[in-house]
Amino acid sequence: MKTVLQTDKIGKNFGGLRALDAVDLNIQEGEIVALIGPNGAGKTTLFNCITGMHEPTDGKVNIIPPGKGKTCVNGFKPNIITELGLARTFQNIRLFSKMTVLENVMVGCHCRNKNTFLEAIIKGPRFKREEKQTLAHSLDLLETFGLVDFAQQMAENLPYADQRRLEIARALATDPFLLLLDEPAAGMNPNETNALDQLILKIRTEKKISILLIEHDMKLVMRISDRIFVMNQGKNIADGSPQEIRNNETVIHAYLGEE
Amino acid sequence: MTGTYDILSYFLELFSSGLTRGSIYALLALGYTLVYGVIGLINFAHGEVYMVGAFIGLIVAGIMSIMDYNILAILFVTLTFAMIYAAAYGFTIEKVAYKPLRQAPRLAALISAIGMSIFLREYVILAQTPDFVSFPALIPKPAFLLAIKNYLEPTEVLIILSSLTIMVLLLILIKRTKVGKAMRSISQDREMALLLGINVNKTISMTFMLGSVLAAFAAILIAAHIGQINYNIGFIVGIKSFTAAVLGGIGSIRGALLGGLVLGLTESFATGYFSSDYEDVFAFSILILILIFKPSGLIGTVATEKV
Amino acid sequence: MNSEIRKSIIAAAWFSLLSFPLIVLKVDYIEKTIDLRWNNLIFIAVGTFFVSYVWRYFLRRGEKSRQEETAVGIAIDQKKRPSVDSPTQKILTQLSNLTQSKPLIAILLVMIVAFPLGSSTYQTSIIISTMMYIVLGLGLNIVVGMAGLLDLGYGAFYLIGAYAYALLNLNYGFGFWISLPIAGMLAATFGVLLGIPVLRLRGDYLAIVTLGFHEIVRLVVENWDEVLHGPSGIPNIPKPGFFGLKLGFNGSTVYLYYITVVIMVIAIIVIRRLHISRVGRAWMALREDEVACQAMGIDTTKTKLTAFALGAFWAGIVGVIFAAKSSFVNPASFTFYESAMILSIVVLGGAGSIRGVILATLILILLPEYMRFLKEYRMLLFGALWVTMMVFRPQGMISDARHKYELNPEPDGNENKS
Repeated sequence: MKTVLQTDKIGKNFGGLRALDAVDLNIQEGEIVALIGPNGAGKTTLFNCITGMHEPTDGKVNIIPPGKGKTCVNGFKPNIITELGLARTFQNIRLFSKMTVLENVMVGCHCRNKNTFLEAIIKGPRFKREEKQTLAHSLDLLETFGLVDFAQQMAENLPYADQRRLEIARALATDPFLLLLDEPAAGMNPNETNALDQLILKIRTEKKISILLIEHDMKLVMRISDRIFVMNQGKNIADGSPQEIRNNETVIHAYLGEE
Repeated sequence: MTGTYDILSYFLELFSSGLTRGSIYALLALGYTLVYGVIGLINFAHGEVYMVGAFIGLIVAGIMSIMDYNILAILFVTLTFAMIYAAAYGFTIEKVAYKPLRQAPRLAALISAIGMSIFLREYVILAQTPDFVSFPALIPKPAFLLAIKNYLEPTEVLIILSSLTIMVLLLILIKRTKVGKAMRSISQDREMALLLGINVNKTISMTFMLGSVLAAFAAILIAAHIGQINYNIGFIVGIKSFTAAVLGGIGSIRGALLGGLVLGLTESFATGYFSSDYEDVFAFSILILILIFKPSGLIGTVATEKV
Repeated sequence: MNSEIRKSIIAAAWFSLLSFPLIVLKVDYIEKTIDLRWNNLIFIAVGTFFVSYVWRYFLRRGEKSRQEETAVGIAIDQKKRPSVDSPTQKILTQLSNLTQSKPLIAILLVMIVAFPLGSSTYQTSIIISTMMYIVLGLGLNIVVGMAGLLDLGYGAFYLIGAYAYALLNLNYGFGFWISLPIAGMLAATFGVLLGIPVLRLRGDYLAIVTLGFHEIVRLVVENWDEVLHGPSGIPNIPKPGFFGLKLGFNGSTVYLYYITVVIMVIAIIVIRRLHISRVGRAWMALREDEVACQAMGIDTTKTKLTAFALGAFWAGIVGVIFAAKSSFVNPASFTFYESAMILSIVVLGGAGSIRGVILATLILILLPEYMRFLKEYRMLLFGALWVTMMVFRPQGMISDARHKYELNPEPDGNENKS
């Protein structure tokens, strides 16, 4: 097993508030890790620090793209980190709502293409080739996610669950080796959540992508994750297999409070 | 000795004209800041309310001076009419151009505001005149100020004093009265204010009217001081007052006062000691520099977007 | 009495009262005259009565359809929501579909090409103006419509283009054709120069700063007599010559007409290709959600600067045409109104829509040219139009009908339908 992400005692302060405190998180190749914890535990902040939306106050975020050396990405812009192979979705869906479903996914392919606006104007060979690949690849992804029938619809017109799925498809279009999902099942009904299970597992096996997800739906978490990473008040309080976490005193305590 | 005297009196002249400009900017900046605080919108048409106020004043003052009224009576009635009418304009502008857009993206509201501004300018051009017109000198020169007229321009002192008075009144209004409290609570959290039973629509209307009243007050004072107006006066003064509001930190009332005075003084000294050709360039450059390097202004905090 | 009519009467009374001093009275206290213009008041009262009635009718209808839409959305949440098109929407869609018909485009082209043959120089000149505004609208549409950056200072780039030609010609004797690309590049450079400092600004702050930039550029030109010739401007700018031939006034106008046609066609093709390219999608993603855009691996800095530069480029090009057409430039030709006019075109046409821009230019520029009585009220109506558009149809006449990519790509020629 090879490590793909490794945070080294990262911390984040917002004014006087310590939102993250010395968090060490490792993710191995092909692993599905769930990040759980009560509200305000710092899960999304951790996501933001990893993906470059926030810069950690202390500690290091290291990523190890397959076949490449370890890179410390502190202070990198989010787009550079995405280019290196980390992709994410957002807790409050952030689709490009006035663009079509297909275009949303095509935007995801942006960073894997190189053609410039001049080539687009003269329709140069690289432009033609890359556009063709982008289109085919995007349609492929939509097919995988069962969204191909809606390809030409405005993204904002999709039902809620489909919007969540589209966000995942769009993130995958950036061709990541690690996918970060922020509450992918939020607002879905049980059937949709089950379908999401299968999808996440399929992404892992077919595309050989590691997945880190924040999720409140414990059934989903227990079913799909290889490992669970529990946070409370900005700290990591437990890290282990679903079985271990289920029986962990500290975790039960954090979730249920004093009893 | 005369040399020192000249230097001193020139300095005083610049200082008092800077404070005069500054208090006018501050009065208008308050309008921008109050509206921004309550609905988070740059009221682009605010400068035009100022301009319309000046024209209403011109008409009232003109009629009364033809009828040979006493100058103090003219000033009083002109101010009253201009302020009432400006309030009515402010109220109507909000109802027509902003209220339907409260849920719309901010860009839509801004475009609508600019549209309203263009409309009002053209309206005054068509209804009155596209040219400069002279405005009667209404500000009296009381005896006690004549004593210092070698050092300070009496009308300027009066403008500064009366502006300060009205600003203090406003501060008291916002601190003490029910409307003021409602305004402050809406600027904190509109949803919550609504739940607490505060009449949001009424408070927003009140805010626009209050800002317009201040603008008209400033307009009459400065028009009577300078002696001429045209349809374009609102545009430049509006942008500069907005600069003052941003300089102080938009949304902050103390910031608006401070920003107005700082801008007025720097402008006055810069044009007095350097060149007056680039007066407006100077103000715009300040605006751009603040927005780029310290968008939160002298007093104020930046809101960051939640991811 | 019908409550709607009553409300309209109240509105009419209110607006009459509001406008009374400015509309009816005209006082000259020096000559001691008071003009009373009661007929204006009657006009206002009747006018506002009808406007208020129609205004509230549409406001109510808008509210109702919004409610229905939400209801529909909830009812069939699981299914694909049908797009509810209003009749106006349908008409506009049909109208814009018409522009896809090849024969129609061909006829239009023939008409455009043949126009100067049967028209006076004056008419030709009006059409040149119209085409200039189409290109300006398309250029600004890149910045505002596609990338979502509200730019109120676009007229500054137009000025830069015009002055670039005027000065290059005056000082170095450069001709039209050499100046054209130089002016475009210069304007694009200024676009980047403006873009760099405002990268962090959004929405309304960006709007104000770009407005300030426009004013600064104009004031500098006005005050810098030695180099830029101040308020009096620069006269005697030549029109392009035809292979060294000296054309008469009429001939050179016709020649300029054809040059403008070619530039317009190139602009339309180029901007259409950009619209459906990688950078075009990045612009739109930027407009929709800057955070998500960056999370997709898009360099937002570069994307914004490209938008500013490519938008400004066209303003520079049109500036050269302007200088050649009027053979005279001065700062008064490039006030904030110019920027406002161009932005009106984008707003009315529909942000992001190329067809919308063309349609809007025809309405905003051509209509007042031929309906003289409109000309005096043009800016007034523009102002009213902005407010009305934002209240009732913020998406513009032709809402950015998204490009439909051909789903089963044939080898080559797969992106020709827009």
